[in-house]
Amino acid sequence: MIILDRENRDAITDRETYIGGLLQQAENQPLWWQGNLRQLVAETRRRGGKRVAALHLPTKKDEEWRFTDLTELYQNNWHYATPSQLNPEALAEFILPPTNHSRLVLVNGYYQPQLSDVSAVTTDVAYLGNLGGLGEEEINKIASYLAKEESEDGDIFAALNSAGLVDALVVWVKANHTVSLPLHLLHITVTDTSPRWSQPRILVVVEENSVCELIEYYGVINSPGCSYIPTGKCYYFNNAVTEVYLKDNARINHSRIQMESGDSFHIAKTAIYQFSHSHYTLNEISLGGKLYRHNLKVYQKGEQTETFLYGLTLLQGKQLGDTHSEVNLNHPHGLVNQLHKYIIDDAATGVFNGKIRVPKTAQLTNASQLNRNLLLSPRGKINTKPELQITADNVKCTHGATVSQLEAEEVFYLRSRGLSEEMSRHLLIDAFAAEVLDKIPLDSLRQRLRQCFTCRT
Amino acid sequence: MSNTILEIKNLKAAVEGVEILRGVNLEIKAGEVHAIMGRNGSGKSTLSKVITGHPDYEVTEGEIIYLGENLLEKAPEERALAGIFLAFQYPIEIPGVSNLDFLRVAYNNRRKHLGLEELDAFDFEDLVMEKLQLVKMDASFLERSVNEGFSGGEKKRNEILQMALLEPTLAILDEIDSGLDIDALKIVAEGVNQLRKPDNAFLLITHYQRLLNYIVPDVVHVMSRGRIVMSGDKNLALELEAKGYDFLDEEEKLTVV
Repeated sequence: MIILDRENRDAITDRETYIGGLLQQAENQPLWWQGNLRQLVAETRRRGGKRVAALHLPTKKDEEWRFTDLTELYQNNWHYATPSQLNPEALAEFILPPTNHSRLVLVNGYYQPQLSDVSAVTTDVAYLGNLGGLGEEEINKIASYLAKEESEDGDIFAALNSAGLVDALVVWVKANHTVSLPLHLLHITVTDTSPRWSQPRILVVVEENSVCELIEYYGVINSPGCSYIPTGKCYYFNNAVTEVYLKDNARINHSRIQMESGDSFHIAKTAIYQFSHSHYTLNEISLGGKLYRHNLKVYQKGEQTETFLYGLTLLQGKQLGDTHSEVNLNHPHGLVNQLHKYIIDDAATGVFNGKIRVPKTAQLTNASQLNRNLLLSPRGKINTKPELQITADNVKCTHGATVSQLEAEEVFYLRSRGLSEEMSRHLLIDAFAAEVLDKIPLDSLRQRLRQCFTCRT
Repeated sequence: MSNTILEIKNLKAAVEGVEILRGVNLEIKAGEVHAIMGRNGSGKSTLSKVITGHPDYEVTEGEIIYLGENLLEKAPEERALAGIFLAFQYPIEIPGVSNLDFLRVAYNNRRKHLGLEELDAFDFEDLVMEKLQLVKMDASFLERSVNEGFSGGEKKRNEILQMALLEPTLAILDEIDSGLDIDALKIVAEGVNQLRKPDNAFLLITHYQRLLNYIVPDVVHVMSRGRIVMSGDKNLALELEAKGYDFLDEEEKLTVV
């Protein structure tokens, strides 16, 4: 017993040392700015650092991480990514028409003005850029949105992102405007010869009565010759935080596409703050990552807010994909509609935990949540936990989860029409995926993702 | 060259270890329409599944020769591409796949197999509109998911539509009349009759003689306990309708005695 205790204590000490190392790297990041902005960033970092110090790195003993083992993440000796140069031609495969002139690009977490092009959106409609391009007045405004306490509550990774804050991508849509083109927020990781970690940071504020469509996209360009692992592919770790604010009567359609390399770790927080009569839709599509975890939090901060969360996760090989969502209602007449689908092949593992909180103040809530899982292999696994916490007494709430496999009769039906077994399976898998993919408003993106699902399964 | 399309010899088949077909013999020639009648559980539907290669059914003995080739060695899709079509008793619903896409994929796959050029979306739509007339289906069916939310009659008409597009050499219609009202039955039968040609053949599986008023068979077979126990012309169906299947039990008893 004594030996066990010592092992335990050693493990805890190890993790403390480990997070200490990451935090130190984060805190050692340069402060780029002057004046008010310098103060804002420094203060954000200080708060983030304090929160990191007060929390511990999660293990499977933590309820919220029971099914997601981060041991492998902790085994790596991560080095903070540095700004990297990228030729515009290298972007070609990520371009999504018609967003050619409404695109902001981050590489390894750093804003790339020379790769970004927002010429199609005028400055009286929206500010699109980084922290450094903001005017004094805007910096004062941003202080109440960036790194909100709730975005980091109990989340050591989100706090770590703030602790190393250097810059952020900012989308600020002014009141009473409709942004005519989708905004493509493109994050590219360029892998390096040593294992790197990046901390992309995005802040979106859509003011009263305004409308916009966002495409948040995580992609990778593998540089050849990572000698440190036998497969020649590069490990990397993205620790992303995106905060989105919808002011009264604002409307956002947000597609979040995670196409990281299969050798990467992707941990992300998306925090959504919705004020009254706002309307938020998320189309979350995740295909990449050796291990990914998406912590999605929605806060309804006014009456009659509407939240639609659609998700589709495709896992293969030994991937682990985890979505933890939490919707906090707090006002009357709130609406939540959530559908998250997993397609799990090989020996992959899916984790879904969806919380919807309906306190007494949220009477007349209409909430529905459904998690559907398609297991393609006997070794695939899903841990699912739909969770409604209701204390209000006049609400309409449903939740559920299903697990199925491809129906033999459906496959036979298609084969009897001359389709090969493989084609038949693909057609059925595509059909399962289509329900979520079809929600994506941007044609070019939807087409690309449809192909991805066909080719990867 | 013989004009035999299908020849089944002493076919025995089991599902989950239970023998269902216990020695079926059947020969179908080009231009013929055969009907198989019999009670529930007599093995009619099993026969259709075995001919089309359903993986749950295990052939334990006998053979099926289709156009001179051993059919049992072929995968279901190979049988389909070779011209065998099964109209399902219970057509499967496939949410998320549009009927039009499904029809095009199946049609072009068959064209490719025949060494013909695939039709593009526009030409295919023209073709499918023409075929829709055959089963009096509305174009809105094309936009819906395959069979999803279709009524029983709509599903059956959709099967005939697929058959019309794929132009099979041997079409097996498994209880195509079940769940159809008289108007829908006429539409389906009319569709089938228009597809009859000297070089193809049909195998109808049915409980009721009614269907055979509209699709007149050349040969009627009666199946009982996994065997074809009686064959005759269309009048056999009328006879069965009049006296029911009970006489089969009598005969069984007689043979046992």
